[in-house]
Amino acid sequence: MFDYWNPHMERMPREDLRELQEERLRTMVRYVYDHSPFYRQRFNEAGVRPEDITDLSDLTKLPFTYKVDLRNTYPTGMFCLPENRVVRYHVSSGTTGKPTVVGYSKDDIEMWSDSLARALTSIGLGRGDVVQVCYGYGLFTGGLGLHYGAEKIGATVLPTGTGNTERQVMLMQDLGSTAIACTPSYFLHIAEVAEKMNVSIRDDTKLKVGVFGAEPWSDETRRRIEEATGLKAYDIFGTSEMCGPAVTECHYQNGIHIWADKFLVEVIDPDTGETLEDGERGELVITTLDKWVIPLIRYRIGDLTVMESEPCACGRTHPRLMRILGRTDDMIVVRGINVFPSQVESVLMKIPEVGDHYQIIVDRKGSLDTMAVMVEVTETGFSDKIGDLMTLGKNISKELKGVLNIVAQVELVEPGTIPRSEGKAVRVIDKRKV
Amino acid sequence: MVAIKQISLFVENKPGRMARVAKTLSDAGVNIRALTVAEAGDFGVIRMVVDSPEKGYQVLRESGFTVSETDVLAVEMKDIPGGLYEIMDVLGGNEINVDYAYAFVTSKAERAMLIIRVDDLEKAKVVLSGAGMKLATKEEIQKI
Repeated sequence: MFDYWNPHMERMPREDLRELQEERLRTMVRYVYDHSPFYRQRFNEAGVRPEDITDLSDLTKLPFTYKVDLRNTYPTGMFCLPENRVVRYHVSSGTTGKPTVVGYSKDDIEMWSDSLARALTSIGLGRGDVVQVCYGYGLFTGGLGLHYGAEKIGATVLPTGTGNTERQVMLMQDLGSTAIACTPSYFLHIAEVAEKMNVSIRDDTKLKVGVFGAEPWSDETRRRIEEATGLKAYDIFGTSEMCGPAVTECHYQNGIHIWADKFLVEVIDPDTGETLEDGERGELVITTLDKWVIPLIRYRIGDLTVMESEPCACGRTHPRLMRILGRTDDMIVVRGINVFPSQVESVLMKIPEVGDHYQIIVDRKGSLDTMAVMVEVTETGFSDKIGDLMTLGKNISKELKGVLNIVAQVELVEPGTIPRSEGKAVRVIDKRKV
Repeated sequence: MVAIKQISLFVENKPGRMARVAKTLSDAGVNIRALTVAEAGDFGVIRMVVDSPEKGYQVLRESGFTVSETDVLAVEMKDIPGGLYEIMDVLGGNEINVDYAYAFVTSKAERAMLIIRVDDLEKAKVVLSGAGMKLATKEEIQKI
């Protein structure tokens, strides 16, 4: 049942894959130099010409591209094709300053759908599956991206979008959804609402696969989701600059397969820009090899990850992203210590007395940063003896200290009081910035 | 069965939280016989004895509260000086620890009622009955 969408490409020997990448890189570098005043200027400033790039070892001669470049050239300054060749726009929410606009040609949409067709096939989906897409449809890439990918493999799409959770549960039952795509936090909320409606995801629906992404999440949350609902939970990755959510783990759940014929990945030291080896944690940098409206050359995605080049047990030869810790912009610095919400999550989700939702509140008292972690007390965690509850709070704090090396105040709150999100969950409230 | 069910609730220490609990029970027609609130900084625990514990537990749970049922003893206590001592003396003498206790006076006002949670419920039942104390049943609490 776990098949390949494009067996020739997905299992291509590493040497052939490398040759293909080099050929596409040369084409792409020449293409952006000829079509984009932005890249031409960048290359000139760096003193590099397209003919200097012959193989992958020349990659580091090329300058980095940053998110700020997309903002500075708002709205379409980085486009390499005229606007009449663009068949679709997506726009990312600009949390700071202007949003970023991404455009797609017909071929770009095809590349994106093909990437997802391979990914969805690798987790056992195909004709006969009903894929409930509860990512936002519209300017956000999630909804339409998954939609096209699922249609391409012949699955039936149920495009519920976000929100109206009770109706999501009803349609899931009535139309027999076998797979769901949304943020992991929204899925936890859907499961919560289903329970209130006396619907067991495990027993009363046909759901067997979850495709979860658009926010960093931990293996502990995966375990919780799988144990509570009986489905297999897969991580999906992709940013709007790459095209959108595009790559997932295969059914071995051992790293995200990032298609090397489409994306050339590097992991670098974010401070020095130096290329890191397999197994070393660093910032993900992507060069797109088959994207024509906004090609990316050494684009600093901002996600911290670890790369693995060894082929996977599934037979696919493309590199894998082993762990995505979150974006460098998700990182909070508390008393000089770097804290990723995903680290806090992995600690909390190991503790059965703690509910599935949490929030981190960072504040400043005088000159000292404070960090509080709000967690909901589950029924299993509740003791009517105050001492037990105080001990629970202290133990959570101790576990957090062990991982983060920082003292966090743990606040036990009532279930349902931490805001639920239908899209990306708000994990951190930083009151220092207000 | 002389142990009675107490309802315990986890609540945040914030304005309006108790009101929400009270309204939920009020809407369901559940009457509170006795209640105590223990606070510990940001949160607290409400413990109460009600006329219909199953219904009370159910409506609170459905309203999304973190709620549990706890077995406690309701011991009839003489409403005179020394009433509490009489009970505690029996428990202490038998090495039974009281986790917490609270009391209320019945409308008949002849006797008070002491609610206790102990570390050894079965033993407490035996020694208290053996010492001639009366333990109220669920039905008796309901009828008060």
